Amino acid sequence: MRTTRRSLAAEQNRTAYLFLLPWLIGFFMLTAGPMLGSLYLSLTEYKLLTPPTWIGLDNYIRIFTDDSTFTGSLWLTFKYVFISVPLRLVFALLVAMALNRGIRALGIYRTVYYVPSLLGGSVAIAIVWRQIFAGDGVVNDFLGWFGITAPSWISHPDYIIYTIITLSVWQFGSAMVIFLAGLKQIPADLYEASQIDGAGKLRQFFRITLPMLSPVIFFNLIMSIINSFQAFTPAFVIGDGRGGPLDATMFYTLYLYLKGFSFFDMGYAAALAWIMLIIIGLFTAIVFATSRYWVFYGDEKGGK
Amino acid sequence: MDITLRKAASRTLRHVLIIALGLLMIYPVVWLVSSSFKPNTLIFSEPGLWPKEVTLDNYINGWRGLQGVSFARFFSNSAIIAILCVLGNVVTCSLAAFAFARLRFKFSKFWFAMMLVTIMLPYHVTLVPQYIIFNELHWINTYYPLVLPKWLATDSFFILLMVQFIRGIPRELDESATIDGCGLKQTYARIILPLLVPALITTAIFSFIWSWDDFFSQMIYLSDIRLFTVQLGIRSLFDPTGQSDWGALLAMSTLSLVPITAIFLIFQRYFLEGIATTGLK
Repeated sequence: MRTTRRSLAAEQNRTAYLFLLPWLIGFFMLTAGPMLGSLYLSLTEYKLLTPPTWIGLDNYIRIFTDDSTFTGSLWLTFKYVFISVPLRLVFALLVAMALNRGIRALGIYRTVYYVPSLLGGSVAIAIVWRQIFAGDGVVNDFLGWFGITAPSWISHPDYIIYTIITLSVWQFGSAMVIFLAGLKQIPADLYEASQIDGAGKLRQFFRITLPMLSPVIFFNLIMSIINSFQAFTPAFVIGDGRGGPLDATMFYTLYLYLKGFSFFDMGYAAALAWIMLIIIGLFTAIVFATSRYWVFYGDEKGGK
Repeated sequence: MDITLRKAASRTLRHVLIIALGLLMIYPVVWLVSSSFKPNTLIFSEPGLWPKEVTLDNYINGWRGLQGVSFARFFSNSAIIAILCVLGNVVTCSLAAFAFARLRFKFSKFWFAMMLVTIMLPYHVTLVPQYIIFNELHWINTYYPLVLPKWLATDSFFILLMVQFIRGIPRELDESATIDGCGLKQTYARIILPLLVPALITTAIFSFIWSWDDFFSQMIYLSDIRLFTVQLGIRSLFDPTGQSDWGALLAMSTLSLVPITAIFLIFQRYFLEGIATTGLK
Protein backbone atom coordinates (compact mmCIF):
# COMPACT_ATOMS: atom_id res chain seq x y z
CA MET A 1 0.00 0.00 0.00
CA ARG A 2 2.74 2.40 1.01
CA THR A 3 4.78 1.61 -2.08
CA THR A 4 1.84 2.30 -4.37
CA ARG A 5 1.23 5.60 -2.66
CA ARG A 6 4.86 6.53 -3.06
CA SER A 7 4.87 5.51 -6.68
CA LEU A 8 1.70 7.53 -7.21
CA ALA A 9 3.44 10.58 -5.78
CA ALA A 10 6.44 9.93 -7.98
CA GLU A 11 4.20 9.58 -10.99
CA GLN A 12 2.46 12.83 -10.15
CA ASN A 13 5.82 14.51 -9.79
CA ARG A 14 6.90 13.24 -13.19
CA THR A 15 3.66 14.24 -14.87
CA ALA A 16 3.81 17.70 -13.31
CA TYR A 17 7.27 18.32 -14.72
CA LEU A 18 6.09 17.03 -18.07
CA PHE A 19 3.27 19.57 -18.05
CA LEU A 20 5.68 22.28 -16.97
CA LEU A 21 8.30 21.39 -19.54
CA PRO A 22 7.52 24.10 -22.12
CA TRP A 23 7.37 26.73 -19.41
CA LEU A 24 10.62 25.51 -17.82
CA ILE A 25 12.45 25.57 -21.15
CA GLY A 26 11.12 29.08 -21.76
CA PHE A 27 12.06 30.15 -18.27
CA PHE A 28 15.68 29.03 -18.62
CA MET A 29 16.27 29.79 -22.31
CA LEU A 30 14.29 33.00 -22.73
CA THR A 31 13.99 34.57 -19.27
CA ALA A 32 16.49 33.55 -16.59
CA GLY A 33 19.34 32.76 -18.98
CA PRO A 34 19.02 35.98 -21.01
CA MET A 35 18.65 37.99 -17.80
CA LEU A 36 22.02 36.78 -16.56
CA GLY A 37 23.32 37.10 -20.10
CA SER A 38 22.40 40.75 -20.26
CA LEU A 39 23.98 41.33 -16.85
CA TYR A 40 27.20 39.86 -18.22
CA LEU A 41 26.96 41.80 -21.49
CA SER A 42 26.39 45.02 -19.56
CA LEU A 43 29.93 44.57 -18.22
CA THR A 44 31.39 44.23 -21.70
CA GLU A 45 31.78 46.12 -24.89
CA TYR A 46 29.87 44.21 -27.51
CA LYS A 47 29.00 45.29 -31.05
CA LEU A 48 27.50 42.02 -32.31
CA LEU A 49 30.18 41.38 -34.96
CA THR A 50 33.18 40.93 -32.67
CA PRO A 51 33.14 38.88 -29.45
CA PRO A 52 32.40 40.82 -26.24
CA THR A 53 35.39 42.29 -24.38
CA TRP A 54 35.26 42.67 -20.60
CA ILE A 55 35.31 46.31 -19.48
CA GLY A 56 33.96 45.97 -15.93
CA LEU A 57 31.71 48.79 -14.83
CA ASP A 58 32.72 51.14 -17.64
CA ASN A 59 29.30 51.14 -19.29
CA TYR A 60 27.61 52.07 -16.03
CA ILE A 61 30.20 54.75 -15.26
CA ARG A 62 29.73 56.26 -18.71
CA ILE A 63 25.95 56.15 -18.36
CA PHE A 64 25.91 57.95 -15.02
CA THR A 65 28.69 60.45 -15.55
CA ASP A 66 28.98 61.13 -19.24
CA ASP A 67 25.65 60.61 -20.96
CA SER A 68 23.28 63.53 -21.02
CA THR A 69 20.87 61.67 -23.33
CA PHE A 70 20.46 59.03 -20.61
CA THR A 71 19.68 61.64 -17.96
CA GLY A 72 17.30 63.42 -20.30
CA SER A 73 15.47 60.27 -21.28
CA LEU A 74 15.19 59.15 -17.67
CA TRP A 75 13.61 62.45 -16.60
CA LEU A 76 11.33 62.45 -19.61
CA THR A 77 10.13 58.95 -18.76
CA PHE A 78 9.63 59.89 -15.10
CA LYS A 79 7.61 62.89 -16.17
CA TYR A 80 5.49 60.71 -18.43
CA VAL A 81 4.89 58.09 -15.73
CA PHE A 82 4.19 60.54 -12.91
CA ILE A 83 1.72 62.61 -14.89
CA SER A 84 -0.04 59.99 -16.96
CA VAL A 85 -0.48 57.22 -14.37
CA PRO A 86 -2.24 59.32 -11.67
CA LEU A 87 -4.35 61.15 -14.27
CA ARG A 88 -5.44 57.92 -15.88
CA LEU A 89 -6.38 56.34 -12.56
CA VAL A 90 -8.25 59.41 -11.32
CA PHE A 91 -10.21 59.63 -14.55
CA ALA A 92 -10.97 55.93 -14.44
CA LEU A 93 -12.25 56.19 -10.87
CA LEU A 94 -14.39 59.28 -11.47
CA VAL A 95 -16.05 57.88 -14.57
CA ALA A 96 -16.55 54.49 -12.93
CA MET A 97 -18.29 56.18 -10.01
CA ALA A 98 -20.50 58.22 -12.32
CA LEU A 99 -21.47 55.09 -14.24
CA ASN A 100 -22.01 53.05 -11.09
CA ARG A 101 -24.87 55.18 -9.81
CA GLY A 102 -27.46 53.35 -11.83
CA ILE A 103 -27.59 54.47 -15.42
CA ARG A 104 -29.56 53.19 -18.36
CA ALA A 105 -27.59 51.46 -21.12
CA LEU A 106 -24.51 51.06 -18.93
CA GLY A 107 -23.16 48.44 -21.34
CA ILE A 108 -22.97 50.94 -24.22
CA TYR A 109 -21.07 53.54 -22.19
CA ARG A 110 -18.72 50.92 -20.84
CA THR A 111 -17.99 49.79 -24.39
CA VAL A 112 -17.46 53.32 -25.67
CA TYR A 113 -15.07 54.14 -22.84
CA TYR A 114 -13.23 50.87 -23.29
CA VAL A 115 -12.62 51.21 -27.05
CA PRO A 116 -9.59 53.53 -26.63
CA SER A 117 -7.84 50.95 -24.42
CA LEU A 118 -8.54 48.36 -27.06
CA LEU A 119 -7.13 50.33 -29.99
CA GLY A 120 -4.70 52.70 -28.29
CA GLY A 121 -1.62 50.48 -28.54
CA SER A 122 -1.62 50.39 -32.32
CA VAL A 123 0.53 52.35 -34.74
CA ALA A 124 -2.69 53.54 -36.40
CA ILE A 125 -3.90 55.48 -33.37
CA ALA A 126 -0.46 56.97 -32.76
CA ILE A 127 -0.58 58.31 -36.32
CA VAL A 128 -4.07 59.74 -35.70
CA TRP A 129 -2.72 61.43 -32.58
CA ARG A 130 0.12 62.96 -34.52
CA GLN A 131 -2.38 64.37 -36.96
CA ILE A 132 -5.04 65.75 -34.64
CA PHE A 133 -2.42 67.50 -32.51
CA ALA A 134 -0.59 68.95 -35.52
CA GLY A 135 -0.43 72.70 -36.10
CA ASP A 136 -3.39 72.55 -38.48
CA GLY A 137 -5.02 69.66 -36.65
CA VAL A 138 -8.44 69.27 -35.12
CA VAL A 139 -7.38 70.24 -31.60
CA ASN A 140 -6.17 73.60 -32.76
CA ASP A 141 -9.30 74.10 -34.89
CA PHE A 142 -11.29 73.58 -31.73
CA LEU A 143 -9.14 75.98 -29.69
CA GLY A 144 -9.49 78.44 -32.56
CA TRP A 145 -13.25 78.72 -31.91
CA PHE A 146 -12.36 80.25 -28.56
CA GLY A 147 -9.87 82.59 -30.15
CA ILE A 148 -6.85 80.68 -28.90
CA THR A 149 -4.01 80.32 -31.34
CA ALA A 150 -2.10 77.29 -30.13
CA PRO A 151 1.27 76.09 -31.35
CA SER A 152 1.83 72.86 -33.24
CA TRP A 153 1.80 70.46 -30.34
CA ILE A 154 3.84 67.79 -32.05
CA SER A 155 6.68 69.88 -33.44
CA HIS A 156 7.37 71.89 -30.31
CA PRO A 157 9.84 70.12 -27.98
CA ASP A 158 8.17 71.52 -24.86
CA TYR A 159 4.68 70.30 -25.71
CA ILE A 160 5.01 67.01 -27.57
CA ILE A 161 5.30 65.07 -24.32
CA TYR A 162 1.81 66.25 -23.39
CA THR A 163 0.28 64.88 -26.57
CA ILE A 164 1.82 61.52 -25.66
CA ILE A 165 0.45 61.86 -22.12
CA THR A 166 -3.06 62.58 -23.47
CA LEU A 167 -2.83 59.43 -25.56
CA SER A 168 -2.10 57.48 -22.40
CA VAL A 169 -4.82 59.14 -20.31
CA TRP A 170 -7.29 58.61 -23.15
CA GLN A 171 -6.89 54.88 -22.53
CA PHE A 172 -8.33 54.97 -19.03
CA GLY A 173 -11.10 52.53 -20.01
CA SER A 174 -9.43 49.30 -18.92
CA ALA A 175 -8.74 50.67 -15.43
CA MET A 176 -12.31 51.97 -15.35
CA VAL A 177 -13.74 48.52 -16.05
CA ILE A 178 -11.70 47.13 -13.15
CA PHE A 179 -12.87 49.93 -10.84
CA LEU A 180 -16.45 49.39 -11.94
CA ALA A 181 -16.22 45.72 -10.96
CA GLY A 182 -14.65 46.75 -7.64
CA LEU A 183 -17.39 49.29 -6.91
CA LYS A 184 -20.05 46.65 -7.42
CA GLN A 185 -18.44 44.58 -4.67
CA ILE A 186 -18.92 47.27 -2.02
CA PRO A 187 -21.97 46.33 0.09
CA ALA A 188 -24.69 48.97 -0.17
CA ASP A 189 -25.51 48.73 3.55
CA LEU A 190 -22.17 50.38 4.34
CA TYR A 191 -23.41 53.53 2.65
CA GLU A 192 -26.85 53.25 4.20
CA ALA A 193 -25.41 52.84 7.69
CA SER A 194 -23.08 55.80 7.28
CA GLN A 195 -25.91 57.93 5.93
CA ILE A 196 -27.89 57.24 9.10
CA ASP A 197 -24.83 58.29 11.08
CA GLY A 198 -24.90 61.57 9.17
CA ALA A 199 -21.90 61.14 6.89
CA GLY A 200 -21.84 63.34 3.77
CA LYS A 201 -20.95 62.28 0.23
CA LEU A 202 -17.33 63.40 0.52
CA ARG A 203 -16.86 61.60 3.82
CA GLN A 204 -18.41 58.45 2.37
CA PHE A 205 -15.97 58.63 -0.52
CA PHE A 206 -12.90 58.89 1.70
CA ARG A 207 -14.11 56.55 4.44
CA ILE A 208 -15.87 53.85 2.43
CA THR A 209 -15.25 53.96 -1.32
CA LEU A 210 -11.50 54.58 -1.31
CA PRO A 211 -10.60 52.06 1.42
CA MET A 212 -12.84 49.39 -0.08
CA LEU A 213 -11.32 49.95 -3.52
CA SER A 214 -7.74 50.17 -2.28
CA PRO A 215 -6.71 46.61 -3.28
CA VAL A 216 -7.90 47.30 -6.83
CA ILE A 217 -6.20 50.70 -6.89
CA PHE A 218 -3.01 49.07 -5.64
CA PHE A 219 -3.07 46.48 -8.40
CA ASN A 220 -3.85 49.08 -11.08
CA LEU A 221 -1.10 51.36 -9.80
CA ILE A 222 1.60 48.68 -9.95
CA MET A 223 0.65 47.47 -13.41
CA SER A 224 0.30 51.02 -14.78
CA ILE A 225 3.71 52.05 -13.48
CA ILE A 226 5.40 48.97 -14.91
CA ASN A 227 3.69 49.36 -18.28
CA SER A 228 4.21 53.11 -18.55
CA PHE A 229 7.94 52.79 -17.98
CA GLN A 230 8.06 50.56 -21.04
CA ALA A 231 6.04 52.79 -23.36
CA PHE A 232 7.54 52.74 -26.83
CA THR A 233 5.15 52.89 -29.79
CA PRO A 234 3.64 56.34 -29.01
CA ALA A 235 7.07 57.93 -28.57
CA PHE A 236 8.39 56.25 -31.67
CA VAL A 237 5.49 57.13 -33.96
CA ILE A 238 4.39 60.52 -32.60
CA GLY A 239 8.00 61.66 -32.49
CA ASP A 240 10.29 61.17 -35.45
CA GLY A 241 11.52 57.74 -34.37
CA ARG A 242 14.91 59.08 -33.35
CA GLY A 243 13.83 60.90 -30.22
CA GLY A 244 13.30 64.26 -31.89
CA PRO A 245 12.37 67.07 -31.89
CA LEU A 246 15.39 67.86 -29.69
CA ASP A 247 15.19 64.58 -27.74
CA ALA A 248 11.70 65.54 -26.56
CA THR A 249 10.40 62.06 -27.38
CA MET A 250 13.53 60.20 -26.28
CA PHE A 251 11.75 57.82 -23.92
CA TYR A 252 13.93 55.40 -22.01
CA THR A 253 12.94 52.39 -24.12
CA LEU A 254 13.48 54.33 -27.32
CA TYR A 255 16.99 55.28 -26.23
CA LEU A 256 17.67 51.65 -25.35
CA TYR A 257 16.38 50.57 -28.74
CA LEU A 258 18.50 53.11 -30.62
CA LYS A 259 21.65 52.19 -28.68
CA GLY A 260 21.15 48.47 -29.14
CA PHE A 261 19.59 48.16 -32.56
CA SER A 262 20.59 51.31 -34.42
CA PHE A 263 24.17 51.69 -33.18
CA PHE A 264 24.47 48.01 -32.21
CA ASP A 265 26.17 49.00 -28.96
CA MET A 266 24.67 46.00 -27.25
CA GLY A 267 26.73 46.00 -24.07
CA TYR A 268 25.63 49.56 -23.42
CA ALA A 269 22.00 48.70 -24.20
CA ALA A 270 22.17 45.76 -21.78
CA ALA A 271 23.44 48.11 -19.06
CA LEU A 272 20.54 50.47 -19.80
CA ALA A 273 18.13 47.53 -19.51
CA TRP A 274 19.50 46.53 -16.12
CA ILE A 275 19.23 50.09 -14.83
CA MET A 276 15.63 50.11 -16.01
CA LEU A 277 14.96 46.80 -14.25
CA ILE A 278 16.35 48.19 -11.00
CA ILE A 279 14.35 51.42 -11.28
CA ILE A 280 11.10 49.55 -11.97
CA GLY A 281 11.94 47.14 -9.14
CA LEU A 282 12.52 50.06 -6.76
CA PHE A 283 9.23 51.72 -7.64
CA THR A 284 7.34 48.46 -7.26
CA ALA A 285 9.04 47.89 -3.91
CA ILE A 286 8.11 51.38 -2.73
CA VAL A 287 4.46 50.90 -3.68
CA PHE A 288 4.46 47.49 -1.97
CA ALA A 289 6.14 48.88 1.15
CA THR A 290 3.68 51.75 1.51
CA SER A 291 0.73 49.49 0.72
CA ARG A 292 0.23 48.37 4.31
CA TYR A 293 -0.64 51.93 5.23
CA TRP A 294 -3.26 52.42 2.57
CA VAL A 295 -4.40 49.08 1.20
CA PHE A 296 -7.19 47.40 3.16
CA TYR A 297 -8.31 43.86 2.58
CA GLY A 298 -11.84 42.89 3.52
CA ASP A 299 -10.81 40.10 5.86
CA GLU A 300 -8.83 42.41 8.13
CA LYS A 301 -10.60 43.44 11.30
CA GLY A 302 -11.54 47.10 11.44
CA GLY A 303 -9.36 48.32 8.56
CA LYS A 304 -9.20 52.02 9.17
CA MET B 1 -41.34 68.11 -5.20
CA ASP B 2 -38.39 70.46 -5.09
CA ILE B 3 -36.04 67.69 -4.05
CA THR B 4 -37.20 65.32 -6.79
CA LEU B 5 -36.78 68.11 -9.33
CA ARG B 6 -33.25 68.77 -8.19
CA LYS B 7 -32.50 65.08 -8.29
CA ALA B 8 -33.82 64.81 -11.82
CA ALA B 9 -31.77 67.83 -12.86
CA SER B 10 -28.58 66.44 -11.40
CA ARG B 11 -29.24 63.08 -13.01
CA THR B 12 -29.75 64.71 -16.38
CA LEU B 13 -26.58 66.73 -15.95
CA ARG B 14 -24.64 63.60 -15.11
CA HIS B 15 -26.07 61.86 -18.14
CA VAL B 16 -25.16 64.75 -20.42
CA LEU B 17 -21.61 64.82 -19.08
CA ILE B 18 -21.20 61.08 -19.55
CA ILE B 19 -22.45 61.29 -23.13
CA ALA B 20 -20.28 64.31 -23.93
CA LEU B 21 -17.18 62.60 -22.56
CA GLY B 22 -18.11 59.45 -24.48
CA LEU B 23 -18.27 61.42 -27.72
CA LEU B 24 -14.91 62.98 -26.97
CA MET B 25 -13.45 59.54 -26.32
CA ILE B 26 -14.68 58.08 -29.55
CA TYR B 27 -13.91 61.17 -31.64
CA PRO B 28 -10.34 60.25 -32.72
CA VAL B 29 -11.55 56.88 -34.00
CA VAL B 30 -14.45 58.43 -35.88
CA TRP B 31 -12.11 61.07 -37.30
CA LEU B 32 -9.82 58.32 -38.57
CA VAL B 33 -12.62 56.39 -40.26
CA SER B 34 -14.24 59.47 -41.79
CA SER B 35 -10.95 60.94 -43.03
CA SER B 36 -10.03 57.67 -44.68
CA PHE B 37 -12.98 58.16 -47.05
CA LYS B 38 -12.13 61.76 -47.94
CA PRO B 39 -10.09 62.75 -50.97
CA ASN B 40 -6.53 63.65 -49.99
CA THR B 41 -7.10 67.37 -50.54
CA LEU B 42 -10.04 67.50 -48.14
CA ILE B 43 -8.57 65.55 -45.19
CA PHE B 44 -7.00 68.56 -43.54
CA SER B 45 -9.02 71.39 -45.01
CA GLU B 46 -12.47 70.08 -44.11
CA PRO B 47 -12.95 69.79 -40.36
CA GLY B 48 -16.41 68.18 -40.44
CA LEU B 49 -16.74 64.47 -39.76
CA TRP B 50 -19.24 63.80 -42.52
CA PRO B 51 -17.29 63.74 -45.81
CA LYS B 52 -18.77 66.01 -48.49
CA GLU B 53 -17.24 63.80 -51.07
CA VAL B 54 -16.77 60.09 -50.46
CA THR B 55 -14.04 58.20 -52.23
CA LEU B 56 -12.56 54.73 -52.06
CA ASP B 57 -9.33 55.83 -53.76
CA ASN B 58 -7.43 55.86 -50.48
CA TYR B 59 -8.23 52.22 -49.92
CA ILE B 60 -7.27 51.28 -53.46
CA ASN B 61 -4.01 53.25 -53.31
CA GLY B 62 -3.15 52.06 -49.84
CA TRP B 63 -3.89 48.41 -50.54
CA ARG B 64 -1.17 48.43 -53.21
CA GLY B 65 1.29 48.69 -50.33
CA LEU B 66 4.90 49.51 -51.02
CA GLN B 67 7.74 48.19 -53.13
CA GLY B 68 5.37 45.85 -54.94
CA VAL B 69 4.16 44.11 -51.79
CA SER B 70 0.49 44.68 -51.12
CA PHE B 71 -1.33 45.00 -47.84
CA ALA B 72 -2.97 41.64 -48.51
CA ARG B 73 0.44 40.16 -47.76
CA PHE B 74 0.91 42.26 -44.61
CA PHE B 75 -2.51 41.25 -43.31
CA SER B 76 -1.98 37.56 -43.92
CA ASN B 77 1.48 37.76 -42.29
CA SER B 78 0.02 39.44 -39.20
CA ALA B 79 -2.77 36.89 -39.07
CA ILE B 80 -0.38 33.93 -39.32
CA ILE B 81 1.80 35.28 -36.51
CA ALA B 82 -1.18 36.12 -34.30
CA ILE B 83 -2.85 32.73 -34.75
CA LEU B 84 0.37 30.84 -34.00
CA CYS B 85 0.83 32.98 -30.87
CA VAL B 86 -2.75 32.30 -29.76
CA LEU B 87 -2.34 28.53 -30.17
CA GLY B 88 1.00 28.57 -28.37
CA ASN B 89 -0.31 30.48 -25.38
CA VAL B 90 -3.49 28.45 -25.08
CA VAL B 91 -1.68 25.09 -25.20
CA THR B 92 1.45 25.71 -23.14
CA CYS B 93 -0.02 28.09 -20.55
CA SER B 94 -2.90 25.71 -19.81
CA LEU B 95 -0.44 22.82 -19.38
CA ALA B 96 1.63 24.82 -16.90
CA ALA B 97 -1.46 26.13 -15.13
CA PHE B 98 -2.83 22.61 -14.63
CA ALA B 99 0.45 21.54 -13.01
CA PHE B 100 0.54 24.59 -10.72
CA ALA B 101 -3.11 24.44 -9.72
CA ARG B 102 -3.67 20.70 -9.31
CA LEU B 103 -0.49 18.63 -9.05
CA ARG B 104 1.87 18.04 -6.15
CA PHE B 105 5.50 18.13 -7.15
CA LYS B 106 8.89 18.97 -5.75
CA PHE B 107 9.80 22.67 -5.54
CA SER B 108 6.31 23.65 -6.70
CA LYS B 109 6.28 26.74 -4.44
CA PHE B 110 9.62 27.87 -5.79
CA TRP B 111 8.58 27.54 -9.44
CA PHE B 112 5.28 29.25 -8.75
CA ALA B 113 7.12 32.18 -7.19
CA MET B 114 9.44 32.35 -10.21
CA MET B 115 6.42 32.39 -12.48
CA LEU B 116 4.94 35.32 -10.54
CA VAL B 117 8.21 37.25 -10.75
CA THR B 118 8.42 36.87 -14.53
CA ILE B 119 5.02 38.56 -14.89
CA MET B 120 6.49 41.82 -13.67
CA LEU B 121 9.78 41.53 -15.49
CA PRO B 122 10.26 44.16 -18.20
CA TYR B 123 10.78 42.64 -21.63
CA HIS B 124 13.84 44.80 -22.28
CA VAL B 125 16.05 43.10 -19.73
CA THR B 126 16.03 39.88 -21.76
CA LEU B 127 15.86 41.61 -25.13
CA VAL B 128 19.54 41.87 -26.08
CA PRO B 129 20.55 38.26 -25.26
CA GLN B 130 17.36 36.97 -26.88
CA TYR B 131 18.26 38.87 -30.02
CA ILE B 132 21.76 37.40 -29.93
CA ILE B 133 20.41 33.87 -29.50
CA PHE B 134 17.96 34.26 -32.38
CA ASN B 135 20.69 35.86 -34.47
CA GLU B 136 23.03 32.92 -33.82
CA LEU B 137 20.24 30.56 -34.90
CA HIS B 138 19.83 32.63 -38.11
CA TRP B 139 16.24 33.36 -37.17
CA ILE B 140 16.34 37.07 -37.92
CA ASN B 141 13.76 37.70 -40.66
CA THR B 142 11.76 34.66 -39.67
CA TYR B 143 8.69 34.44 -37.44
CA TYR B 144 10.33 32.14 -34.89
CA PRO B 145 11.45 34.96 -32.56
CA LEU B 146 7.87 36.24 -32.44
CA VAL B 147 6.09 32.90 -32.11
CA LEU B 148 8.42 30.49 -30.31
CA PRO B 149 8.32 32.36 -26.95
CA LYS B 150 4.54 31.85 -26.86
CA TRP B 151 5.04 28.10 -27.35
CA LEU B 152 7.32 28.20 -24.31
CA ALA B 153 4.68 29.87 -22.13
CA THR B 154 6.68 33.04 -21.54
CA ASP B 155 3.49 35.12 -21.15
CA SER B 156 3.16 33.94 -17.57
CA PHE B 157 0.30 36.34 -17.03
CA PHE B 158 -1.99 33.85 -18.71
CA ILE B 159 -0.69 31.02 -16.52
CA LEU B 160 -1.74 32.97 -13.45
CA LEU B 161 -5.13 33.72 -15.00
CA MET B 162 -5.73 30.02 -15.65
CA VAL B 163 -4.36 28.90 -12.26
CA GLN B 164 -6.90 31.13 -10.57
CA PHE B 165 -9.64 29.82 -12.80
CA ILE B 166 -8.75 26.15 -12.20
CA ARG B 167 -8.68 26.73 -8.44
CA GLY B 168 -12.34 27.67 -8.73
CA ILE B 169 -13.22 24.30 -10.29
CA PRO B 170 -14.36 21.86 -7.55
CA ARG B 171 -11.74 19.22 -6.78
CA GLU B 172 -14.46 16.59 -6.43
CA LEU B 173 -14.66 16.53 -10.21
CA ASP B 174 -11.00 15.49 -10.46
CA GLU B 175 -11.43 12.95 -7.71
CA SER B 176 -14.44 11.28 -9.25
CA ALA B 177 -12.57 11.19 -12.56
CA THR B 178 -9.68 9.44 -10.81
CA ILE B 179 -12.09 6.91 -9.29
CA ASP B 180 -13.51 6.31 -12.75
CA GLY B 181 -10.00 5.42 -13.85
CA CYS B 182 -8.83 8.67 -15.46
CA GLY B 183 -5.11 9.30 -15.31
CA LEU B 184 -3.76 12.80 -14.72
CA LYS B 185 -3.41 13.50 -18.41
CA GLN B 186 -6.99 12.46 -19.02
CA THR B 187 -8.17 14.57 -16.10
CA TYR B 188 -6.49 17.54 -17.76
CA ALA B 189 -7.89 16.83 -21.20
CA ARG B 190 -11.40 15.64 -20.29
CA ILE B 191 -12.27 17.46 -17.07
CA ILE B 192 -10.23 20.62 -16.70
CA LEU B 193 -9.84 21.80 -20.30
CA PRO B 194 -13.57 21.84 -21.14
CA LEU B 195 -14.32 23.78 -17.97
CA LEU B 196 -11.43 26.15 -18.59
CA VAL B 197 -12.87 27.37 -21.89
CA PRO B 198 -13.82 30.90 -20.69
CA ALA B 199 -10.26 31.49 -19.46
CA LEU B 200 -8.89 30.02 -22.68
CA ILE B 201 -11.01 32.43 -24.70
CA THR B 202 -9.78 35.38 -22.64
CA THR B 203 -6.21 34.20 -23.20
CA ALA B 204 -6.79 33.75 -26.92
CA ILE B 205 -8.32 37.21 -27.33
CA PHE B 206 -5.55 39.05 -25.54
CA SER B 207 -2.80 36.96 -27.15
CA PHE B 208 -4.23 37.89 -30.52
CA ILE B 209 -4.42 41.62 -29.77
CA TRP B 210 -0.99 41.83 -28.16
CA SER B 211 0.58 39.96 -31.03
CA TRP B 212 -1.26 42.07 -33.63
CA ASP B 213 -0.05 45.28 -31.96
CA ASP B 214 3.44 44.10 -31.03
CA PHE B 215 5.21 46.72 -33.10
CA PHE B 216 8.45 46.70 -31.11
CA SER B 217 9.40 43.03 -31.57
CA GLN B 218 8.21 42.97 -35.15
CA MET B 219 10.41 45.94 -35.95
CA ILE B 220 13.45 44.38 -34.32
CA TYR B 221 13.18 40.97 -35.93
CA LEU B 222 11.73 41.72 -39.37
CA SER B 223 13.36 43.85 -42.04
CA ASP B 224 12.44 41.94 -45.19
CA ILE B 225 9.42 43.72 -46.64
CA ARG B 226 7.77 40.47 -47.78
CA LEU B 227 7.64 39.42 -44.11
CA PHE B 228 6.24 42.73 -42.90
CA THR B 229 3.20 42.86 -40.65
CA VAL B 230 0.34 45.34 -40.82
CA GLN B 231 1.92 47.55 -38.14
CA LEU B 232 5.24 47.65 -39.99
CA GLY B 233 3.46 48.30 -43.28
CA ILE B 234 1.64 51.30 -41.85
CA ARG B 235 4.79 52.66 -40.25
CA SER B 236 6.57 52.40 -43.61
CA LEU B 237 3.78 54.23 -45.44
CA PHE B 238 4.25 57.02 -42.94
CA ASP B 239 7.17 59.35 -43.37
CA PRO B 240 7.55 61.53 -40.27
CA THR B 241 9.82 64.07 -41.95
CA GLY B 242 8.37 64.52 -45.39
CA GLN B 243 5.13 64.08 -47.24
CA SER B 244 3.08 60.96 -46.73
CA ASP B 245 0.08 59.88 -48.75
CA TRP B 246 -2.21 60.64 -45.82
CA GLY B 247 -5.32 59.25 -47.44
CA ALA B 248 -3.74 55.86 -48.05
CA LEU B 249 -2.13 55.90 -44.63
CA LEU B 250 -5.41 56.58 -42.84
CA ALA B 251 -7.27 54.03 -44.96
CA MET B 252 -4.80 51.27 -44.06
CA SER B 253 -4.79 52.43 -40.43
CA THR B 254 -8.56 52.04 -40.37
CA LEU B 255 -8.32 48.54 -41.83
CA SER B 256 -5.64 47.60 -39.30
CA LEU B 257 -8.11 48.21 -36.48
CA VAL B 258 -10.87 46.08 -38.02
CA PRO B 259 -9.74 42.61 -36.82
CA ILE B 260 -9.30 43.77 -33.22
CA THR B 261 -12.61 45.59 -33.20
CA ALA B 262 -14.39 42.58 -34.68
CA ILE B 263 -12.95 40.27 -32.03
CA PHE B 264 -13.96 42.72 -29.36
CA LEU B 265 -17.54 42.94 -30.58
CA ILE B 266 -17.89 39.16 -30.89
CA PHE B 267 -16.32 38.29 -27.54
CA GLN B 268 -17.30 41.38 -25.55
CA ARG B 269 -18.55 39.39 -22.59
CA TYR B 270 -15.24 37.56 -22.16
CA PHE B 271 -13.32 40.79 -22.52
CA LEU B 272 -15.03 42.70 -19.79
CA GLU B 273 -15.10 39.70 -17.45
CA GLY B 274 -11.46 38.97 -18.18
CA ILE B 275 -10.41 42.52 -17.41
CA ALA B 276 -12.56 42.80 -14.33
CA THR B 277 -11.38 39.57 -12.74
CA THR B 278 -7.71 39.71 -13.59
CA GLY B 279 -6.82 43.26 -14.47
CA LEU B 280 -5.77 42.56 -18.04
CA LYS B 281 -5.09 45.68 -20.00
